[in-house]
Amino acid sequence: MESQNHLLSWITFWPLIGMAVILGTPARAKLFIKQVALLATIPPLILGFKMLRLYDPAGGVQFVANMPWIRSFAIFYHMGADGLSVPMIFLTVLLCPICILASWNIDDRAKGYFSLFLLLETGMLGVFCALDFFLFYVFWELMLLPMYFLIGIWGGPRREYAAIKFFLYTLFGSVFLFIVMIVFYLHTGSFDITQLGSLIAGSGLKSAISLKWWLFLALYVAFAIKIPAFPFHTWLPDAHVEAPTAISVILAGILLKMGTYGLLRISYPLLPDMALAFAYPIAGIALINIVYGALVAMAQSDLKKLVAYSSISHMGYVMLGIAAMTPEAMNGAVLQMFNHGCVTAMLFLLVGVIYDRAHHRDIDGFGGLAQNLPVYAGITMVTFFAALGLPGLSSFISEALVFIGSFKVFTWITLFSTSGIVIGAAYLLWTYQRMFLGPLNEKYAHLPDCTLREKATLFPLAFIVVLIGVFPQLLINLINPTLQQLIQVLK
Amino acid sequence: MLDNLQSLSYFVPELILTVTILLVILADVLGTERGGWDLPGSTAFAGVALAFLAHFWLYAKPATVLFNGMIAHDPFSAFFRGFFLLSTLVVTLVSMFSKEIITLKKGEFYAILLSICIGMCLVASSQDLVMVYLALELMSIGSYVLSGFSRQIGKSDEAALKFVLYGGVSTAILLFGLTLLYGLTGATGFSAVREALQQTGKGVDLVAYTAFVLIFVGVGYKIAAVPFHFWAPDVYEGSPTPITAFLSVASKGTGFALLIRVFFSTLLTPSGVKGLWMEVGSIHIDWTFHLALLSAITMTLGNLGAIPQMNLKRLLAYSGIAHAGYLLMGVCLLTDRGLEAVIFYLVTYLFTNLAAFLVVIAMVDAQEDDRISGVRGLWARAPYTALIMGLCLFSLIGLPPTAGFVGKYYIFMAVLREKLYWLVIVGALNTVVSLYYYARIVKAMFLEPPSVEERIRVNPVYLTLLGLLTVPILYFGIWWDPLVRYAQYCAALVR
Repeated sequence: MESQNHLLSWITFWPLIGMAVILGTPARAKLFIKQVALLATIPPLILGFKMLRLYDPAGGVQFVANMPWIRSFAIFYHMGADGLSVPMIFLTVLLCPICILASWNIDDRAKGYFSLFLLLETGMLGVFCALDFFLFYVFWELMLLPMYFLIGIWGGPRREYAAIKFFLYTLFGSVFLFIVMIVFYLHTGSFDITQLGSLIAGSGLKSAISLKWWLFLALYVAFAIKIPAFPFHTWLPDAHVEAPTAISVILAGILLKMGTYGLLRISYPLLPDMALAFAYPIAGIALINIVYGALVAMAQSDLKKLVAYSSISHMGYVMLGIAAMTPEAMNGAVLQMFNHGCVTAMLFLLVGVIYDRAHHRDIDGFGGLAQNLPVYAGITMVTFFAALGLPGLSSFISEALVFIGSFKVFTWITLFSTSGIVIGAAYLLWTYQRMFLGPLNEKYAHLPDCTLREKATLFPLAFIVVLIGVFPQLLINLINPTLQQLIQVLK
Repeated sequence: MLDNLQSLSYFVPELILTVTILLVILADVLGTERGGWDLPGSTAFAGVALAFLAHFWLYAKPATVLFNGMIAHDPFSAFFRGFFLLSTLVVTLVSMFSKEIITLKKGEFYAILLSICIGMCLVASSQDLVMVYLALELMSIGSYVLSGFSRQIGKSDEAALKFVLYGGVSTAILLFGLTLLYGLTGATGFSAVREALQQTGKGVDLVAYTAFVLIFVGVGYKIAAVPFHFWAPDVYEGSPTPITAFLSVASKGTGFALLIRVFFSTLLTPSGVKGLWMEVGSIHIDWTFHLALLSAITMTLGNLGAIPQMNLKRLLAYSGIAHAGYLLMGVCLLTDRGLEAVIFYLVTYLFTNLAAFLVVIAMVDAQEDDRISGVRGLWARAPYTALIMGLCLFSLIGLPPTAGFVGKYYIFMAVLREKLYWLVIVGALNTVVSLYYYARIVKAMFLEPPSVEERIRVNPVYLTLLGLLTVPILYFGIWWDPLVRYAQYCAALVR
């Protein structure tokens, strides 16, 4: 028996300890509950830094814990991280304390909110750490419950509709994931994601082309709903707009990444030949995502909806990069997953800041805010520039890599996709102009600027956006070796 | 094969129940409500508990056929005996406190409940066509009486009448099927029937086919499979809630036990291979496909029917129909793997459904309201109960980490093993549909504000019982290795 490394288990399950403490606290002690929640998210962050320091890019899958769970079905408790999951785990542990801070003013049933949030964190981290398909699926489903309640109880006016829509869409996808998982098991006798690829290649599935075609399609649908790829994206605007700020951040910052993470972790390595066969359709859908998402974003008058649709557009780049399967494009795609996580989190946090003050999100209802909210205007400018891909900020690097890498493969699709950058710049700058420039709207002349708590949520992310913009190697060095292996499999 | 006297030692739980019935009647005569002490109820509870303990002792005995071939003692019958005894135990305990039952004639109530339980145990272990019929009637007639037991509720009369009419007709059809089978083979014992059918070999004519279809009609009524399900919502709604819980768990279980007994014992060879493929002229009759089709229709119509329901009991009735569909997915395979999956699923269904109905019972007791609107804002009024109900509903949907998820996993796996992809896809889509109506209850409990602020005082006995029922729902959701081995052990019939 190899030695077990429990770093990832600690990261994943630490929030549950906080949850247990909160459940044992009387509901009146709201401040104490919030402090416990914050404390429960800090140790995973510290351990996340430790993981970054210890991770050896050339070492393959690391921090492995592999123990039998259900022997009758060869289900293992198999946790581990490679260059694909390390950035995602780090993103998750980074965003969670920020989201706790961003939810500091939630006083209605705070006990329920923060315990569900911590459960959600465990679910998300588990998805990124699990290397056993069954375990992966359990965590994947575990996220649904807290998310449903977090949107449904603490959301906006149409929260119940948004929550059930989110739940139904995601469950629709996951039942297909479930079926594919069982079919794989029946053909190989294993749930081990690291082994399944070669086991499938050596099993009766190898020549069952039409079955594999359907399996890949089913997996794609499951993951496309999470991304969300056109035409499965319609849950996203509802869920994002109705969810409370911190939950929108989690949804856009982390949950969407699970779709593309699933493609890279499961669909591609397990069914590489089908990945090649599906490359063009996926690239086509990526193009629709990029252009359609950006155009719809431009038409929005609600700031939060605009940000939500911009996410659809930006996830399109990730899909394009994944479909292209060249080293540059793949690196760009994974980097874009991380960058989009940071940038969109900032965008939603900024929406939350202004909504807390003005109690509406109508873009045209503001004007000249730069005059009395200089800090807010400044950080919004940085974020918008990052979102539209200004050189020197993180998204530029990843989007450029995606385009460079995919141009060789899908020349025309890539050419048309670049229009997404232009439209993106248009709607973001136009929004900035309408909200922050021009004459000051007298109604909002006395709005206070960002508080210390809000700065504490925004500045660390801004720092990372700049850091990755200047030193992208920091992350690419982590990601690249793993992706090179994946590309070898795909060839 | 053991003779009558030798068989008695295998029959201890049923004997205990029989003695308990006599004691319950005696206790009733001695006086029911002496100082608030429910003597018949306590006697019944003690008796069932004793029988339940005794049934564990029987696991050690080797599988054999008892009473000159009338009933079997095998792991399969042992499983169902435990299943029925456990649900009777819970229902007995709940009935001692439920306000719907408390005003009724307690002695009769418990005596009938226990005789139903004996009938169920006999159905699950029967090895003979005549025994099937006798045991089934013992169980059915008791059920008719209990569903109409509450004479204050007008709906209860309606329920009982519907139950009797539908039940009578379907039992008659079943009996007709059994008769045809006897006429065709000249035997009543399952193994003799199987051998006679196999000797005729290919070309067993239309009569045998008709016989099995008629038998399925009778059983389909018991498990509430579409299109024999129309009685279920009305009867579930009208019956006293503890009886509804009993019908939805134990009665459904009986139907499945019977279906598996008859079909597995007569359609399969002793080694469990699909031996007897029936040929009618040149038409090949594929039983798996027949049952799979019914399973798909049952779960789809059950789930669709549940969507518009406003009453918790009716909703759970339709959900029960849908679950009969899921269980049929496992039965239709006619394989031991499928049988394992069915047994596994029944265990999860037992705990989950009993707990869910217990919450309804608590609601009816507290505010005489069994509508979904009655649980609005339950989160604020009775948090513990709401939480457990939420857990049950998620287990019924089949979300991890609950036992319901593992049950579904097991069934889907068994079906995929036989490459019935279309059936699994129908099952999976049904899961998504079921989310919609289960989530309506969750929504009412957690997302909507309460219509009345005052807190609900739930009987501490119910709370304790709910807590106990929750343990296996969560435990088997996280660590189900022991249950897998148990299901594998129990999926063995004397053939």
